[in-house]
Amino acid sequence: MGEKSKGLKGPRPSERPHPSERRNRQGIRIEPGSSGDLQNRLATFSALVKHEPGVLAKVSGLFSRRQFNIESLTVGPTENENNARITLVVDENDTGIAQVKKQLAKLFPVIAVKELSENAIARELCLIKIEKGNGFEDLKDLIEKKGMEIIDTSEDVVTVEIRGGQKDIEDMIVMFDQFGIKEIARTGTVALERGSKKTT
Amino acid sequence: MSKSTNVEQEKSPDRANRKTGAEAVVASLEEMGVTIIFGVQGGAIMPVYDALYDSKMKHVTMGHEQGAVHAADAYGIVSGQPGVCIATSGPGATNLITGLADAIMDSDPVLALTGQVPTDFVGKDAFQECDTIGITTPVTKANFFATESGTVGDLVSLAFLLAREGRQGPTLVDLPKDVTVGVSDWEYKNPKLPDHIEIPNSAEIKEVEAAANALVSAKKPVILAGGGVIKGNASEELYRFATEYKIPVVTTMPGIGSFPEDHELALKPAGMHGTGYANMALTHCDVMLAIGTRFDDRLTGGVDTFAPTANIIHIDIDPAEISKNIHADYELVGNAATVIDQLHKVMSAEPEAEEWLKQVQTWKQEYSMEYGERESNGKPRPQYIVEELCKATPSNTIVTTGVGQHQMWAMLYWTYKEPRTWVSSHGLGTMGYGLPAAIGARFAASEDQKVVCIDGDGSFLMTLQELSVAVREELDITVVVLNNAGIGMVRQWQDAFYGHRRMASEYPWVPDFSKIADAFGAKGFLLENVEDVESIIKEAIEYKGPSVIDARIDPAENVFPMVPSGGANGLFALTEEHLEEL
Repeated sequence: MGEKSKGLKGPRPSERPHPSERRNRQGIRIEPGSSGDLQNRLATFSALVKHEPGVLAKVSGLFSRRQFNIESLTVGPTENENNARITLVVDENDTGIAQVKKQLAKLFPVIAVKELSENAIARELCLIKIEKGNGFEDLKDLIEKKGMEIIDTSEDVVTVEIRGGQKDIEDMIVMFDQFGIKEIARTGTVALERGSKKTT
Repeated sequence: MSKSTNVEQEKSPDRANRKTGAEAVVASLEEMGVTIIFGVQGGAIMPVYDALYDSKMKHVTMGHEQGAVHAADAYGIVSGQPGVCIATSGPGATNLITGLADAIMDSDPVLALTGQVPTDFVGKDAFQECDTIGITTPVTKANFFATESGTVGDLVSLAFLLAREGRQGPTLVDLPKDVTVGVSDWEYKNPKLPDHIEIPNSAEIKEVEAAANALVSAKKPVILAGGGVIKGNASEELYRFATEYKIPVVTTMPGIGSFPEDHELALKPAGMHGTGYANMALTHCDVMLAIGTRFDDRLTGGVDTFAPTANIIHIDIDPAEISKNIHADYELVGNAATVIDQLHKVMSAEPEAEEWLKQVQTWKQEYSMEYGERESNGKPRPQYIVEELCKATPSNTIVTTGVGQHQMWAMLYWTYKEPRTWVSSHGLGTMGYGLPAAIGARFAASEDQKVVCIDGDGSFLMTLQELSVAVREELDITVVVLNNAGIGMVRQWQDAFYGHRRMASEYPWVPDFSKIADAFGAKGFLLENVEDVESIIKEAIEYKGPSVIDARIDPAENVFPMVPSGGANGLFALTEEHLEEL
């Protein structure tokens, strides 16, 4: 080891006044002793984007590099052939949700972005392949009772279509579990504002 | 060579007044006012270079594409207009990545043009093909893949506009060879931002009034001036505001030069290696007016202890920076100059802060940057060399740096008085930035300005080849290598936090940079004795052309003050012993 570096003159750190107040991880000032952690919540965003190659990569890349927690992402055409709509459900605290919106808005191909109201219409489609097995009669009763439809049948499995909110679908999956689920495919949430309210 | 790239054929009379895509690219740049391009030739970009043959724009051939993008970046910082760089496909494009990442971190305006394999070959793993759009998406403000010869010119002017307007940053246009070779009837038209892109100017007046009230009633106000003050040309507005209301001014690193450092109210930069008094002021203030800063972790230290008693007023042109890292109590989205003026108009009085101003002056004495002796272990000290350089040059001199200890000494011991005179790599921390940046800065600087690159031996070795460009172009720049035979900042951290285990940070041998300079055709100086500092600096600065001073300093020198990573700004160490307390 070489010679000690000389450094500067001045009071030692322990001799200086130092405030006891703190901020939380989001940089918000908090009461002394509190952790100040913010709760996460689910937020649904609708982003109107240009319908061109690479847009989805730009949006998904943003989510991965900024570590936003994404629950679902869907993309599809809109009433205007030049645009596409991306619906995103994220699980973040209020600081994260504000960031998602602002960072999305900065992407060049994003035309508009909005967090949807809690009462927005949100729907998802799920295809679920279930074993026929011994309980098939019970399964058929359940499907009928819940107003669902078997859209494909083979010797050993049936494929059922479920539509509804995210929670409806998850509830049905739990109910089907006892019959033996073989495969599931889900679209992720699509959403629009209710009534005449504009989405974006 | 394929038929479509045959220049003679393309220039046949039947082409009449039609333009190739490449000619449209060049015409578009000229119309946007570009006068200089930094670049490196290559296969897929040859059509654009061929069009440049007939252009009045100057092209500077750099040694490496990284040099081209750093030079363009520095040109952008000094001129305020996007610096343009150009590279071929594949390795040419990938060599730009570091510089683009650097530019987006520091909001520097850069337009990059890259060659690409012909459209039919894209996706086939063709020779020198890479997914330039995919690779550069995270490091550009916007990027575009050109698809038509008839629109590529418009794409280039739009990308230039996007790099310059709003929060500045790098943009890129990828140019497949068939697009640059193909002809069309394209004519230049002024580019326009798409309707959905709104650039904020003035902030909401209610929020401005609330912020002004908070400032007026502050007892311990402080201004934190970031790079946005410089990029937004708001230095004069800042000066009027701070001096009229007597509010001390701390800067971020990119904010260096936004407020004259010799002013009584100036506290120089805060942060990991900021001055003690700047860090004390940030830690104890009750209202902070933060302008054009993204609250980088090297500035804030631990978020939990950052200005924990302050209400924060945050002015930024990018709404995404508000409350990203540090919560803003007052959100002022807009152009820095406009919003400072808005605030100025509604301030009803100067804050009553006599006690605070006295306290700040006391801290300036108590935590003085006075380093004592001029030499250490028989070698001139870097602090002294930087001070002498500053003394030997006019106040509008531009300083560029690499990254590491030398950068911190250049920041702390030079007195910056004007915006756009500090040209450094902040957010990305790119070693090797200094020399190519000096080249770019030299082209953007006025004739009466000096350009000095304060570099380290580690940084200088990373982009040394660009010295050939400085010689070829007869550029009047002075490089001062603060040579401590190692990666000094890493060595300092190893000593402080890794039990002195100096892994891969000390060079057992470094070249004689004065001889390297001579071999390149520059003027080399070897500086070993403290008595020679003044005279060698004088000679090197007066030399008309590129000069390099190899300044041998004590490898044991450390940078202080120092806030350990994630530590509290107010608990900076002034010596190695202080670090042990933290």
